[in-house]
Amino acid sequence: MSTRPDGLPDGPCHRSASAKAARCAVFVAPIILTACQPAVLDPKGVVGIAEKTILIDSLAIMLAIVVPTIAATFAFAWWFRASNTRATYLPDWEYSGRIELIVWSIPLLVIMLLGGVAWIGSHELDPAKPLASNTPPLEVQAVALDWKWLFIYPDQRVASVNQLVVPAGTPIHFSLTSASVMNAFFVPRLGSMIYTMNGMTTQLNLRADAPGTFRGLSSHYSGDGFSDMHFDVQAVPAERFAAWIDATRNSGPSLDAESYAALARQSVNTTPFTFRAADPDLFQQIVTQQLPPGPGPQTGRPDPSVSPRTEH
Amino acid sequence: MLGKLSWAAIPFDQPIPLFTAALVGVAIICVLAWVTLKGWLPYLWREWITSVDHKRIGIMYILLAMVMLLRGFADAIMMRSQQALAFQSEGYLPPEHYDQIFSAHGTLMIFFVAMPFVIGLMNFVMPLQLGIRDVAFPTLNSVSFWLTATGALLVNISLVVGEFARTGWLPYPPLSELTYSPGVGVDYYLWSLQISGVGTLLTGVNFVTTVLKIRAPGMTLMRMPMFCWTTLASNLLIVAAFPILTATLAMLLLDRYLGFHFFTNEAGGNLMMFMNLIWAWGHPEVYILILPAFGIFSEVISTFSGKPLFGYRSMVMATMAICVLSFTVWLHHFFTMGAGADVNAIFGIASMIIAVPTGVKVFNWLFTMYGGRVVYSPPMLWSIGFMVTFVIGGMTGVLMAVPPADFVLHNSLFLVAHFHNVIIGGVLFGAFAGYTYWFPKAFGFRLHDGLGRASFWCWIVGFYVAFMPLYVVGLMGMTRRMQHYDVPEWRPWLLIAAGGAAIILVGIILQIAQLVVSIRRREELRDETGDPWNGRSLEWATPSPPPAFNFAVLPSVEGDEAYWGIKQRTRQQARLGEEPSYADIEIPRNSPTGFTCAFFATFMGFALIWHIWWIVALAALGAFATFVIFAWRDEVEYVIPADAVARIDRDNRTARGEFALSGAVS
Repeated sequence: MSTRPDGLPDGPCHRSASAKAARCAVFVAPIILTACQPAVLDPKGVVGIAEKTILIDSLAIMLAIVVPTIAATFAFAWWFRASNTRATYLPDWEYSGRIELIVWSIPLLVIMLLGGVAWIGSHELDPAKPLASNTPPLEVQAVALDWKWLFIYPDQRVASVNQLVVPAGTPIHFSLTSASVMNAFFVPRLGSMIYTMNGMTTQLNLRADAPGTFRGLSSHYSGDGFSDMHFDVQAVPAERFAAWIDATRNSGPSLDAESYAALARQSVNTTPFTFRAADPDLFQQIVTQQLPPGPGPQTGRPDPSVSPRTEH
Repeated sequence: MLGKLSWAAIPFDQPIPLFTAALVGVAIICVLAWVTLKGWLPYLWREWITSVDHKRIGIMYILLAMVMLLRGFADAIMMRSQQALAFQSEGYLPPEHYDQIFSAHGTLMIFFVAMPFVIGLMNFVMPLQLGIRDVAFPTLNSVSFWLTATGALLVNISLVVGEFARTGWLPYPPLSELTYSPGVGVDYYLWSLQISGVGTLLTGVNFVTTVLKIRAPGMTLMRMPMFCWTTLASNLLIVAAFPILTATLAMLLLDRYLGFHFFTNEAGGNLMMFMNLIWAWGHPEVYILILPAFGIFSEVISTFSGKPLFGYRSMVMATMAICVLSFTVWLHHFFTMGAGADVNAIFGIASMIIAVPTGVKVFNWLFTMYGGRVVYSPPMLWSIGFMVTFVIGGMTGVLMAVPPADFVLHNSLFLVAHFHNVIIGGVLFGAFAGYTYWFPKAFGFRLHDGLGRASFWCWIVGFYVAFMPLYVVGLMGMTRRMQHYDVPEWRPWLLIAAGGAAIILVGIILQIAQLVVSIRRREELRDETGDPWNGRSLEWATPSPPPAFNFAVLPSVEGDEAYWGIKQRTRQQARLGEEPSYADIEIPRNSPTGFTCAFFATFMGFALIWHIWWIVALAALGAFATFVIFAWRDEVEYVIPADAVARIDRDNRTARGEFALSGAVS
């Protein structure tokens, strides 16, 4: 099956999209969506698969009470319509202890069940929790810049912009921060997103189970260039990853404080490129603000203090 | 002299805002000219602008909400069309414009549509239901309204003078800090909300005092109509939550104006503090909006089922439980911040617990219909539409309260679909139900039935067509606030969503038509009885529209459903009650204090945004002087003499009595 960058295989159901399908989508959402396999419901990594299971399970638990409630709403409203002479009229009926007990119990029981799912799921899938694996994790340091992503491979001492190459089957441990404003790192087909914030480090563990290309993006609005802040994640076999590292080491500029300062300036729609060498302390310097946070807009109408503008 | 303000601040290079502003400007001038030529200005000033009557203020709040709904919906249409077009292209709105539109859409819809709509309904209905003459502080009520109007005005001025915020409807730092948003947009946002926030807080104080301290004789708390309970809960939340908003925005203002470092990247500022604070207000805010809507549905479903509300005590408990619990869940807005498993799980479970009292409410409405005689009037259609839609929105909400599910859904269009599902399906449908339900009480004639039904069907169909596709693209990994995209699979769904927005547009046009047609045909839609729906609470015991004093003699409440009881006793005795002995009634004098305060506040806000410090000083002085003059007033009230009260009351006492006798109560 061919795979699109965003994770969507070709399928007939997208072409036949119609208003009607959209309206009934909510009722048959699990069926339609599993068939069409949108990114979140067609995960290619162990974290995403676990999250999809929790999502579907929770939805199923709730549908078990939501569907009957909707049906009862229609049924009661229809049967007790004023024109229906066969319906009993109980003009003073306003209390029933038994029904009260049931209406408090049903949601309570559902929530107890779901609460258990939430408690266990939160602990199992804590983004900072290392993935169980025999292979040692690959370290990647991600920095959100205005408006592009910088990925530093501290052990390999290379770096890339708007492009993330990882070995398939190997857990990846991300340390993430932001050079300026807040963003969120998200690869829908691999699982969990996490915020990136200046002066702070967040942790994320993901794994691509098989080779493939997946769309990654910033999922927290960060300003004018935000829409172009996406990147491809290429999960490749281990030997091809090693080859990529070798090739990267032999070409491109090197990443140091000076080239980082140039990179940190606002720019939109940056073409992916790589750095042959990267200072392994750079990430820490960004987090501790030894390298100052990125500058904001420099031009505007009539000047940035009234209405800033960014060149596209 | 004029701070940062110059001709260059007007976006002459952008035709859309310029054209819109010109259009709105011409419309305003035409209306003003018409009103002046007709000689209505003195009437408007005397009877409306300076009015401290809770009914008039309520109506003005709702009018403000409806006008702002048009502006907010225009933004929505632009966003949907932009996303429909901007596939592998820039669309027609550049980012700096598109970003303002989604920020303005959220800000307007929450603060200047949903809030004034529910506050307007509470203003109009609550004192009538409690059987009293006005709220606790009538002049303060007028101040609240006019300060809200000031906020709305400032947001709209930003369309053509300078810019609006490009930070989203909640200005998360550091994006909203001076370094990354040096423009005036965030300042427009902050001062609009600071000024209108004062108004909202005063409303909260006013209404809590009213419900707790001023009720008709015999109207105990547990005899209050459900809407009064939800009003109490909502305003308790306002009193507790709005100071947090004001303080948080004040901190951001200090950062931007005086170089403080609460939320900056540098010097120890921390954006996480902003997120916690803003959501400590933001989540209760959701319930400030939805609780009054729950109250409206309770009234409407009970009235149109011809039955008392099922499980009244349970409903009161559920309302107050939601009121308290709403303060314990704010962290679910940022599970993806990396707080750790225990914190996420606890806040996830707390969020789910709120679904319990909410679920109880849905079941109780269901059993209110059970054994009833359901009449499908437009208010009831909105209510049934709400029950079905809200349950779906609640389900997707609880789904996102499960942290691992939120890790893949957060900030996506799935989230956007969820909160529109509960805010349109809950708050807005509730506001529309209340608007059609109480319109005859306010104006003495009903809204046109057929057009009301047609607009309901457009709204509900349009809602599903517009937002169900957004759930789908959310599951496809599409995040919110994208100005353009290049994923072909998203596009068909966004095209459908744009179609849904167009259907909603038809619904809005039908609502406008409904209002116009109803005014033109008001004689055939006239209601003489004051009780067009066979209601159960005290607002229906007054003539429509109610006189300035509401009740000629304060009603004496003897049971759960005050007016239903009066009607039943009238019928059992087969005659009208004795004519009461009328007495002089003292009514608070109208006062220009609110309008004058807001006049100065508008100049002060605008001058603060543009750093024109001398106007700031003058306007602050003016507002303070207004307050001092009000505080020094000698005459607080005027008296309506007993014979005038008697004359007004006798006019339709007979009509109302005959209606009660005619067997409408079975």
